[in-house]
Amino acid sequence: MFIINCPYCGERDQQEFKAGGEAHIERPKQPTELSDDEWAEYLFMRKNIKGVQFERWNHAHGCRKWFNVARDTSNDEIKVVYKMGEKPPLE
Amino acid sequence: MKKYSLYSLIKNSFSYHENWQRAWRDPIPKKEYEIIIIGGGGHGLATAYYLAKKHNIRNIAVLEKGWIGGGNTGRNTTIIRSNYLWDASAGLYDHALKIWEGLSQELNYNVMFSQRGVMNLAHNLQDVRDLKRRTHANRLNGIDAVYLNTEEVKKFCPIINTSPDIRYPVLGGTLQRRAGTARHDAVAWGYARSADEMGVDIIQNCEVKGIKRNGGSVEGLETTKGFIKTKKIGVVAAGHSSVIANMAGLRLPLESKPLQALVSEPVKPIIDTVVMSNAVHAYVSQSDKGELVIGAGTDDYVSYTQKGSHQIVEGTLSAILELYPIFSRMRMLRQWGGIVDICPDASPILSKTSIKGLYFNCGWGTGGFKATPGSGDLFAHTIANDEPHKLNAAFNLNRFISGDLVDEHGAAAVAH
Ligand SMILES: Cc1cc2nc3c(=O)[nH]c(=O)nc-3n(C[C@H](O)[C@H](O)[C@H](O)COP(=O)(O)OP(=O)(O)OC[C@H]3O[C@@H](n4cnc5c(N)ncnc54)[C@H](O)[C@@H]3O)c2cc1C
Ligand SMILES: [Zn+2]
Repeated sequence: MFIINCPYCGERDQQEFKAGGEAHIERPKQPTELSDDEWAEYLFMRKNIKGVQFERWNHAHGCRKWFNVARDTSNDEIKVVYKMGEKPPLE
Repeated sequence: MKKYSLYSLIKNSFSYHENWQRAWRDPIPKKEYEIIIIGGGGHGLATAYYLAKKHNIRNIAVLEKGWIGGGNTGRNTTIIRSNYLWDASAGLYDHALKIWEGLSQELNYNVMFSQRGVMNLAHNLQDVRDLKRRTHANRLNGIDAVYLNTEEVKKFCPIINTSPDIRYPVLGGTLQRRAGTARHDAVAWGYARSADEMGVDIIQNCEVKGIKRNGGSVEGLETTKGFIKTKKIGVVAAGHSSVIANMAGLRLPLESKPLQALVSEPVKPIIDTVVMSNAVHAYVSQSDKGELVIGAGTDDYVSYTQKGSHQIVEGTLSAILELYPIFSRMRMLRQWGGIVDICPDASPILSKTSIKGLYFNCGWGTGGFKATPGSGDLFAHTIANDEPHKLNAAFNLNRFISGDLVDEHGAAAVAH
């Protein structure tokens, strides 16, 4: 349980949000060209990092907007919140 | 190793139980092992036991970063059943259930396996259809299953509120009588003691930090107790599987999430079976100490913190109270979380990998305790022969490429 700073609404309890999983997984540009291996990588394989991970969250019970979060999964500490389309912070 | 018996119990009572032999050694790691198992939970210890017992390999180490059984093995609600929908899962989980039935005798260690039955409730029409379908599928696979109507549910477990005007009324349920519970710690300890007796080194407080590779095969492990050479590694690390895969440059189709459980203060016997409800996510049984054992759900985000969110527990308890008004004055004693490794199809992975000598046993998620003996047996077979057994062939990593998933999400009775 932790607090998330929604870039649109400010600090709210985590239970207002829906976790959207690993961020920056790009949808294949040419799906018909993809091999089965590449499909598996895109659909199923995840980094599932213990440490700082970039992930998507949705303020489901608030403004309903999507945004990105860099969170340390070993202690649930949020490092940075940044908007959809922005590049992940380098560190 | 001294055999546990009534005689040894009486004999040791004369010395105030102060002279029992240690159940397993505390060895210093050797320079090299034929096989190393990473993770001293029930599955890892069972794997080592069956490798020694059935495949006659004795030069084995189990490396555990904390204490054995301190992971999900010692944190779970111990529900054991095999009434899964698909043939592949039915084969896998019933193989385990059959071993449970003789496990205490085999290990000379009381794992307190209790076939008190597991009942799954239906709360809406779709539940009724799904549970009936599953009952038929189970019977076709030779797994005991009966469908109960509301009166039969009430008769089997009288404290359930079957009133038609509750939020999610009980419309029926299924019962697997051979299902039940076991003592989680005893399973880890029993396998550890017997594996140790056959020469397996169980090394606690030894964390694996890196995997050394030579091209396409493994050479050894970097650990907090130094480098250890080996040609075969079995990874049985539950929530930490992806962390170890990362050491070998692999990614797995897993997400690690917190799953919580709680127990009440101990009371006199009140519920003599296990009742689970998928729709409202609440399940309950009673331990031999008298505590109600209650399982909650997972959080939806990745976390390695071994603690979940408060609202998850709150949701479960409100469902419990609706179904069992008699528990309304109970006080909860303890609450905890474990990190479960969830696969997209809610089925486990017992598989070789693209790296020679590296095997994974993971993805058991919220429901692997029940499979402990079968998982150990089949994973030992896979490592010893470098080939899966026919019962775990469907649970390979390749299924995420071929699309041949074993989709037990929703199909099985409940997540556990
Ligand atoms: C709250 C809760 C309730 C559950 N209820 C049920 C239930 O009712 N029925 C059921 O069937 N299942 C249930 N489960 C799931 C079940 O607990 C697991 O599927 C099962 O216990 C997994 O066993 P394991 O031996 O694979 O994992 P674990 O017991 O977690 O063992 C893995 C071990 O690997 C060690 N490890 C990790 N990384 C390293 C490293 N780098 N170096 C060395 N060691 C390492 C860990 O310390 C750990 O001891 C539940 C789980 C939880 C959390
Ligand atoms: Zn918002």
